[in-house]
Order: sequence, then C-alpha cells, then structure tokens
Amino acid sequence: MVEDAKNLLELYRCMVTIRQFETMAGEYFAAGEIPGFIHLSIGQEASSVGVCSCLRPDDYVTTTHRGHGHMIAKGADLKRMTAELLGKKTGFCKGKGGSMHIADFSIGILGANGVVAGGLPITAGAAFSIKMRKTDQVAVCFFGDGASNRGPVHEVMNMASIWKLPIIFAVENNQWASTTPQADSGSVKDLSTRAAGYNMPGVSVDGNNLLAVRKAAMKAIDRARKGEGPTFIENKTYRIRGHFEGDPQKYRTKADVGKWQKKNDPIDLFSKYLLKNKKSNKSSLEKIWNDVAEEINDAVAFAKDSPFPEPKEALEDLFVTPSKGGSPS
Amino acid sequence: MSERIISASAALAEALHEEMANDESVFIIGEDLVSHEGIFGQFKGLPKSFPGRIIDAPISESAIAGVGLGAAITGMRPIVDMHFSDFVTCCMDELCNQAAKIRYMLGGQVKVPMVLWCPDGAGLRAAAQHSQSLEAWFVHTPGLKVVIPSEPADVKGLIKSAIRDDNPVMFFQHKQLFAKQGVVPEEPYLIPLGKAAVKREGKDVTLLCYGSGYYLCKEAADELADQNIEAEIVDLRTLKPLDMETVSQSIRKTNRVVVVHEACLTGGYGAELAARIQEELFDYLDAPIKRVAARDVPIPFSPGLEDYCLPKVSDVVTAVKAVTYR
Repeated sequence: MVEDAKNLLELYRCMVTIRQFETMAGEYFAAGEIPGFIHLSIGQEASSVGVCSCLRPDDYVTTTHRGHGHMIAKGADLKRMTAELLGKKTGFCKGKGGSMHIADFSIGILGANGVVAGGLPITAGAAFSIKMRKTDQVAVCFFGDGASNRGPVHEVMNMASIWKLPIIFAVENNQWASTTPQADSGSVKDLSTRAAGYNMPGVSVDGNNLLAVRKAAMKAIDRARKGEGPTFIENKTYRIRGHFEGDPQKYRTKADVGKWQKKNDPIDLFSKYLLKNKKSNKSSLEKIWNDVAEEINDAVAFAKDSPFPEPKEALEDLFVTPSKGGSPS
Repeated sequence: MSERIISASAALAEALHEEMANDESVFIIGEDLVSHEGIFGQFKGLPKSFPGRIIDAPISESAIAGVGLGAAITGMRPIVDMHFSDFVTCCMDELCNQAAKIRYMLGGQVKVPMVLWCPDGAGLRAAAQHSQSLEAWFVHTPGLKVVIPSEPADVKGLIKSAIRDDNPVMFFQHKQLFAKQGVVPEEPYLIPLGKAAVKREGKDVTLLCYGSGYYLCKEAADELADQNIEAEIVDLRTLKPLDMETVSQSIRKTNRVVVVHEACLTGGYGAELAARIQEELFDYLDAPIKRVAARDVPIPFSPGLEDYCLPKVSDVVTAVKAVTYR
C-alpha cells in the first residue's frame, strides 16, 4: 500500500488533534470545568485514526465511553464536541449526553456508550439495516479488552458471522479493563484468536503503528463492503491515562507508563516514520502541532462562550412528537 | 362497518400484513418465526407474503433487540418478537439503557421507530418464567411507550399505530387472549396511542383495566348489573402515555374506582393510577381506590396454585361492593 505524503500528513494531524483535544479535556476536567467523569484515549490514537481514516462518511461507527478519538477521526466538529463536554447547549447532544454519550449521526457516529459493550448490538442492527437496504456501507464497532468478555459480544459475533454482516469488530486492547490487567481477565493472550470460534478472520496488529492498523482495517472494510462478512481486528495498544481522569491508578506505577510511552507512543512512532522516509520535515510537523493548538483554542472559546441549556430543556427530546401517523391503509 | 368476527391472532396478522405491504422498511425479527409462523401462530401467512422480512435469529436476545435498535436508527422500522415477554430480562440493557434513552441522550439527533412485541400473561400453567406481566418495569423507564390491547379490534388498530410511531413501543399481548374472538373491521384503521376506550357505560363505579383485566371487568360488570350496580369500564389500552382525560371524566361521574390488572399488586401500574387519581381527583372520590391484582409471588406451576394467585371475576365484584358500600 503506497500512501501519498499529503494523506500521511493528514493522518498525522488527526492523531495530533486527538492528543491535543484530550489533553485539553484532561486539563479542563482537572480545573472543574467539565462535570461528571471523562475517559481519555491518549496513547490509542493510531487505532482511532487507522480505522476511521479508511471509512466513508456514510459508514457507521459505534464507540465507547472512551470515544473522543473515534469521533475526531470520523470528522466530528471540535467546537460542538468541546461544548458537549462542558455541558453546553451548542454541544452535539445539547448537553444531555456529555463525554460518554457523544455522537454525531450526520457523520455516521451512532453514539458513544456508557455501558461496556453496549455498542455492539446496535452495530449489529446498523449492519443488518445495511443488508436490508442493500447498500455497500459498513459498520465498525470499537470496544475494549474489558468489553470483549461480555455476553453480547458472543451473540453479536455469532450473528454477524452467520448472516455475513458488514461489521468490523475493532477491539482496542489497551491492556487494562478499568483496574484489571487484560492478562487476568481474558482467557487468551491474543483476543483475535477468538474470531476462529465464529468462523471469521481475526488479526492482531500493533495498534500503535498507524499504517499497520490502516492496512488491517482496509482489508476488513473491503471484505465487508463486498458482502463477504465481518472481520475481527485486535489493535494492541496501551492506555496512557487512568481509566477515568482522576483515577489514582494503584494498579500500576508512573514509571511503567513512562517506560511504555517512551518506546511506543503512536504519534512519536509515526513522526519518526515520516521523517525517516522523508515524507515531511520537523518544521512541517511542528506547524501541524501549532495549527491544531489554534483549532483547539477556537473550540474551547466557542464552548466557553456558549450558553448552558435552560433547566427546563431537560424535558425536551424524549419522544418524537408528533409521530408519523398518516392514513390507516 | 362490517361485522366480521376474527381472533386477536388473526387481527394481529392482518394488521402486520397491511403495514408490511404499506412500508418496505417494516420487518419482524425474533426466534422461531418462519416455520410455525410465530410460536402462537400470530404471524400467519407473513413468511410467505414477505419473504426475507420475517427473520429467524439465533437465540440471542441482546443481539436481537440490538438489531431492532440499530436498524431503527438507520432507516428501518423493525418489529422485535420477544418470544415470551419474560425474556426481556436477557436484553434489558438494549431496551432500557439503549433504546429508551438514545434519542434523549443524543439530544434528539435520532428517532427510534421500533416495536417490541411481547406475548405476556399467565394461565397456561407455564410457571414463573413464562407467565409474567412486566409492564410496570417499562412504564417506569422514561423514553418507552407501553401499549396493552385487550379485544381483537384494539390489537389491529393499536399495532398499526405502534409500528408507525417514531418512538420505541413495548407492545404486550396476553397469550390467553390470542384465541379471543371479536368484531374487527376489514378495512384498515388506526387507534391512536394514548387513547383509552369507555367500553361500557355506568354511573356507580369506574373499572380501570387493560389487557386480560378487561375481560375480568366485563364479566364482573354483567354480574354487578344483576345486582343493580352499573359499572363503567375504561380500557386504558395505552399505559404510557396515559389518557388521564378519559380516566378523569369517568371518575368525575362515578366517584368510585377499582383498578384491575393481572400483574402482581405491589409496585404495579395500579399503584401509579391510584396515586395519580388521588393527586388530581381526590375531591371527586367517595371511597378509597381498590386494586385487584395477582398475589405478590412468582407465578406457580400447579393449576390450583396458579389459579389461587391470579385475580378473578369474583375479586372484581368484591372490590366493587367494597367501594360502593354494598
């Protein structure tokens, strides 16, 4: 697969955007400006960008409580994302969802989810609908190593296989199910080996290597688009931040995290690749960081300037009214 | 208006035929639907008329409900067959955490035109996990509509409206009522959700009921009429949204209320009704509200045990006599 330099820089920019957006979110959370709790995917950017960059705007994605990266990689507006995190009326969900329920249907994001593995059955439905409507869209469900142990995953993988649903199961094995190491909670080392039990292809890839993720994703998406069925991709990566912001992380040391990041940070790895292969130069990459910082600043300014919803707006958006109705024939 | 008499099952199948012919996005998914045309024969003729749109799924309730939800938010209008209403417990996350909330959580970005068709109720000696009436759980979950028809004509008009509704609708149909016969117009018609029906007029007491409770009230009202007590029967048909206006009109006239349902008493829909009525109509009441419901135990198997636990016509008569001081 030959990637042109312009596209590579766009991919780089997307990873940097996720990193800076989430760094900003962490800071605003610590400062008390973001209510509730947030889960950051810093360190997992190659997985989000690697998969989503291979999708069309009309393809579907369900994401998780750790879903900012997937939103950004699928093209979500940073201003409305930031506004949602701050609980503002101008957010994607008008302040009713927050970080854990962030979504943008206009770009095919069918929702983050507060329930671990909650997105998988929804993805099955989106994929089933694709089949019934006879389009060549595909549906991606992102989930974690923790989610991979939940019952609905079994149901959906089996169903996807027997019906050849156009699903890409993108598990992000970040080594930690909240506080429990993956090795202590999963029956297998490589989660992709489970795919064999469902008669579908499964592959484990270095989830910090953007181009490796893209290669696997393209193959899976191509297969799904052709109506050949689902694929299971395990992106092996690492969660640099806590399970949630403010997590005391008694289950690991700062040194462990630092050691890992020094070697495997997906953005560092990709910038090294770009420089080594003369796809870019230091000043161009620096400019990207600066441009993104400006974009994030604009998003924050927009969110801060936006009003909170009126309290009584809590009563809106429950039901569609009036419903379709129409003639009784 | 024709005077054709058919069963509730046939009324359901007829309505589904009409809606599936009318709208290509309607499909039915569940377990064991095709070969038996529904395990109660409720989908008679549909697999033949609409090949590929009656879907036999693996026994995977989470995935089945998820297919309903995911399809509903991407342009389809699914009907999910729950096999037995008791099995909703296997997909409560998909129903209550996801389908009920997705529109709201996402700030109104999406609509969820989905029907959960749930055969419920006791009396088949089917024991505790195939006999429940679980409507109160879903009434208590904001974001869901809850519909429970009694007579065949209600089944036809209500299921059509439920399918056309852009919101998730829990549609409970009592297993014992599938064979009940009734007048059902041949021509297509809709019964709006949220509209109760006064099925018998009377001045002495209001019987509030739905589903199988309606038939208990009907028989009780005949018996009471022989004793010069004129009961008014309000069949709620939709529990959420509730047609409080019709309820209120009836109570302002009769000043006495008995609520009848087959679900067990404690925390049941009767409790909600009693609370609403005392809040809004206290000054119109001449007696405390009575509830007739099942005993607070799981439904037992042995016929004598099951019969003992379920509400009976005589319970309704006794309750009416108590509130009318007769």
